[in-house]
Amino acid sequence: MATVRIPPVLRPSVGGEKELPATGASVGEILRSVAESHPETQSQLFSPDGELNRYVNVYLNDEDVRVLEGLETAVSESDTLVILPAMAGGSRS
Amino acid sequence: MSPSGAEVLRQIKSRIDEVDPAAVREQASNGAVVIDVREPEEWAAGHIPGAKHVPKSYLESRIEGAVPDRDAHVILYCASGNRSAWAARTLTEDLGYENVESMTGGFTLWKDRGYEVDVPRTLSAEQRERYSRHLLLDEVGPEGQQKLLDAKVLLLGAGGLGSPAALYLAAAGVGTLGIVDDDAVDLSNLQRQVIHSSERIGVSKVDSAEQTINALNPDVKVKKYAVRLGPENIMEILPGYDIVVDGLDNFPTRYLLNDASVRLGIPVVSAAILGFEGQLSVFKPYDGPCYRCLFPVPPPAELAPSCGANGVLGVLPGTMGLLQATEVIKLILGEGDPLIGRLLMYDALAATVSEVKVRRDPQCPICSRRPEEIADEELGVFPDYEAFCAGAH
Repeated sequence: MATVRIPPVLRPSVGGEKELPATGASVGEILRSVAESHPETQSQLFSPDGELNRYVNVYLNDEDVRVLEGLETAVSESDTLVILPAMAGGSRS
Repeated sequence: MSPSGAEVLRQIKSRIDEVDPAAVREQASNGAVVIDVREPEEWAAGHIPGAKHVPKSYLESRIEGAVPDRDAHVILYCASGNRSAWAARTLTEDLGYENVESMTGGFTLWKDRGYEVDVPRTLSAEQRERYSRHLLLDEVGPEGQQKLLDAKVLLLGAGGLGSPAALYLAAAGVGTLGIVDDDAVDLSNLQRQVIHSSERIGVSKVDSAEQTINALNPDVKVKKYAVRLGPENIMEILPGYDIVVDGLDNFPTRYLLNDASVRLGIPVVSAAILGFEGQLSVFKPYDGPCYRCLFPVPPPAELAPSCGANGVLGVLPGTMGLLQATEVIKLILGEGDPLIGRLLMYDALAATVSEVKVRRDPQCPICSRRPEEIADEELGVFPDYEAFCAGAH
């Protein structure tokens, strides 16, 4: 089964997990299933019209899904989805 | 009776091809390889620009490294044209080079004609000792060390990331380190901000960092900016620096920095940390994506934990700051594969490193345009810039 890597800022919304098993055959199906199981992530991942929020990057393995087929991108068993919001923790944090 | 040295030299000169310095200037720009066969101290006192140095005593063993192609057009010179004549004979008759010439009159005539001369700056005896482990590396060597000494690097923050980066860049002999920080040293900083010390609690961070750097390496000039980087000062501070090391703690300034650095064509080595994880990338304007290509808009305040105090494992900014310093040194030397167009992610707890590709966005509001098209008023601007700051603090 494919896995979804959860970034530090989203972990509190998924019970502290770093990785979740992915249910679904496309990027959209998998992320929607994450949002269903962990409702707090719905607004973090998706805009009200169901699109991926622009401040969240999602990578299929090492490639940005936006240069693939976005939420329609097919995901196979051995793939890893990486969710990556911007981080700015730096010198002072 | 054996012929005299002068007689042998005359015979050799009749067997080789000689070329006037005027023709050498022209041919060097047409791809001829110019080789200086003099001794190292003569080379160090000045040589023909673009020439390679292969002392005559090492000619046989080193010429292939300098000129692998035996059909290449090779022009040899020495001080007056005699040693280069011997060397030309060796290359032609013993080593099978097909197209070798010796420059008549040598470097003396070249200088007399008023042609340009390259005088390499040399490291002092103390510098040769201090940087001896760099000098032993082919990728650094005396030329690379000189590049480091000439380099000007601006560190945004003398905090968790900036401390280790500044220490190692100073130790490496990066000649000018600018440090922007308006903060003073606090006891809670010392768990990770290793450029400061317990005695300097309450001292401004730029002063504290300067003291440590001066004690470590007197070759390094520290330029202090005890201000918070903002739209009002960024275009005064950044120009003149070769590379910026970004360890900024907030999004608005990261976007401001991005826009200004694209406008000025200055590469930014950027890192961010949170908890046990770090991100690192190099944003080199127009060679790769910029920060806005990667993150076109900042996250809302609730997903921007940098806006408040967060836990951080003290060694993590150390690791990430040193990866930044490593990328800086690679950029200065022009060695290796810089982290351009790639985002590296380090997970300290898992002890894993992974990376994703970062593409240039052809619609990027900043780097899809030429630098001169980006106006001052646009730098760091967001539709919701003020709102974001308000929400974050």
